[in-house]
Amino acid sequence: MSIFVNKDTKVLVQGITGNEGSFHTRQCIAYGTNVVAGITPGKGGQKMDEVPVFNTVQKAVEGTGATVSLIFVPPAFGADAIMEAADAGVELIVTITEGIPILDMVRVKKFLATKNCRLIGPNCPGIITPGECKIGIMPGKIHKKGNIGVVSRSGTLTYEVVDQLTKMGMGQSTCIGIGGDPVNGTSFIEVLKAFQNDDETKGIVMVGEIGGSAEEDAALYIKKNITKPVVGFIAGLTAPPGRRMGHAGAIISGSGGTAAAKIAAFRENGIHVCENLGLIGQICKDVFSG
Amino acid sequence: MKIHEYQAKELFRKYNVPVPDGKAAFSVEAAKEIAAGLGGFPVVVKAQIHAGGRGKGGGVKLAFSMDEVESLSGSILGMTLMTHQTGPKGRLVKKLLIEAGQNIKKELYLSLLVDRATASVVVMASQDGGMNIEDVAAKTPERIIKVQIDPLMGIQGYQLRQVGFGLDLPPTAMKAFSGLLSNLYTFFMAHDCSLVEINPLILTSDDRVLALDAKVDFDSNALYRHKDLLTLRDLDEEDPQEIEASRYNLNYINLDGNVGNIVNGAGLAMATMDIIKNAGAIPANFMDVGGGASSEQVENAFRIILADDKVKAVLVNIFGGILRCDVFAQGVVAAAKKTGIRIPVVVRMEGTNVDEGKKILSDAGLNLISAADISDAAEKIAAAVR
Repeated sequence: MSIFVNKDTKVLVQGITGNEGSFHTRQCIAYGTNVVAGITPGKGGQKMDEVPVFNTVQKAVEGTGATVSLIFVPPAFGADAIMEAADAGVELIVTITEGIPILDMVRVKKFLATKNCRLIGPNCPGIITPGECKIGIMPGKIHKKGNIGVVSRSGTLTYEVVDQLTKMGMGQSTCIGIGGDPVNGTSFIEVLKAFQNDDETKGIVMVGEIGGSAEEDAALYIKKNITKPVVGFIAGLTAPPGRRMGHAGAIISGSGGTAAAKIAAFRENGIHVCENLGLIGQICKDVFSG
Repeated sequence: MKIHEYQAKELFRKYNVPVPDGKAAFSVEAAKEIAAGLGGFPVVVKAQIHAGGRGKGGGVKLAFSMDEVESLSGSILGMTLMTHQTGPKGRLVKKLLIEAGQNIKKELYLSLLVDRATASVVVMASQDGGMNIEDVAAKTPERIIKVQIDPLMGIQGYQLRQVGFGLDLPPTAMKAFSGLLSNLYTFFMAHDCSLVEINPLILTSDDRVLALDAKVDFDSNALYRHKDLLTLRDLDEEDPQEIEASRYNLNYINLDGNVGNIVNGAGLAMATMDIIKNAGAIPANFMDVGGGASSEQVENAFRIILADDKVKAVLVNIFGGILRCDVFAQGVVAAAKKTGIRIPVVVRMEGTNVDEGKKILSDAGLNLISAADISDAAEKIAAAVR
């Protein structure tokens, strides 16, 4: 088992003929992901390598039975691409695109509430079930099949954590980047719930950062609902207030959203806090094998 | 993107959100001219900087005569205004807003913002105007009115009434307030704002409602569809190094410490700053070269950090994913050749094409300190600045 995706998942790629889209589609296929279709309006009927290209998501779903979409379109078209996928009946929409306007996401979330689908991202590295399928931009080879679930708001920081886990001999069940935007799809809590219900996942690593209160909300949820051990890390202890730290959502507003507050919430709710990134592999080993 | 109060008020006027009569002045002469046109005293002289707390810092004064307009404008223009938001360095005042004084019966608070937790636009209002709204929320949360707007339906009449009656406005002011809030919402959505805050919104002695202050922040991600707003950007309010970095699409923030750092990815960049602090030093910056940086971007990132006099050592932390380590290394070599490296630079590289990257760096014969992993990098950077 794993969560949300596995080796049988059929994937379509929106924006497959673009620079990033084609590069990462090839990487995903090389990893073993079953990419069955691509979408580029106006290029329907062509092929990207062996992958058939369609004009619309609807035609791609009808023609291939894809249930998951991976989105690489430019930010101005991000909201439209997500809604198109949801309307075509795609069950899981993984949006890599960074820079989608926040009010677009507010409208998209309202739209998605009427559909039966899950959104991961935007502004995220995607999702990987090691050894089965990679739907995103993370480097596949640092991952290893195993029993640790990883959920994070970040990209490269997650690679660092996964790399340490793998080097310490701890493989991963599924790793998910939920994205660095202030308004996003799947939350920490939804991923935690799925990890709790997944037999294969024995322990969870949660990587948060400054901004908003998603980590605090997740900490309360963990105390009430998660019986598996959780190791937590928060980036941004030295971040100045009022400045956007790269991610649109990584900003301390007034006195809210600080790393210190999030770490305190982790501690109060029984999460094992890692305060030194260099040691996260070792801390996970101690916690998960204990 | 933040704008000045006077710019926000000019936009408000276009949307029929009432504001006091007034105009921006960049000189004492202009201030007097504007004051003369307002037709009476008192006149308010307000420093225009991108930071709150201007009143407490001495940047907002009442003038009761033209002589006072002259003396106050003269003393505020050119002053370094320090508020809780500017930090100890303060901000040089180069612009003023000259406004007609008002008879204030009541000060209120009104804002529109994108609420992350509910993923919706929210109206926040309180009868405790003029105060820090965070303090009100912490001490007396029952005095805050919060109304969530459906983005597909827009703000509804009953919601306007909910806020207006919640603020205990007199019936005579209700119609004007409803118009103001409805227009403010239209403005918010039309310009992709992330925050519009009026603190205080005032009720005048003759029961008019006016935005006495105006704070507007636009969503930077949406500026591509609001080219007209780009002219409102004030480079005087930004750090010169940050402006330089923004030319190369680098996510850079200039800070006070002495250890520079270059990282790919925002989360890892923040974590790297924390590592520097853990090692007993202070980060001099935040620098995220991004996921898919070119070697030219890396070169410029390196150049900007090396040119910073306060930087005594640099920590490079790269986890190659999309950004390949060889591409990164080429940028480092190019920058080193042009600028020269006179301070210790600790390089930690991992991920895609790491061996090629390391080879490029060692072949170039640069004076770099290589680190095996994050802990090793932390120790070496601590040793370098000790």
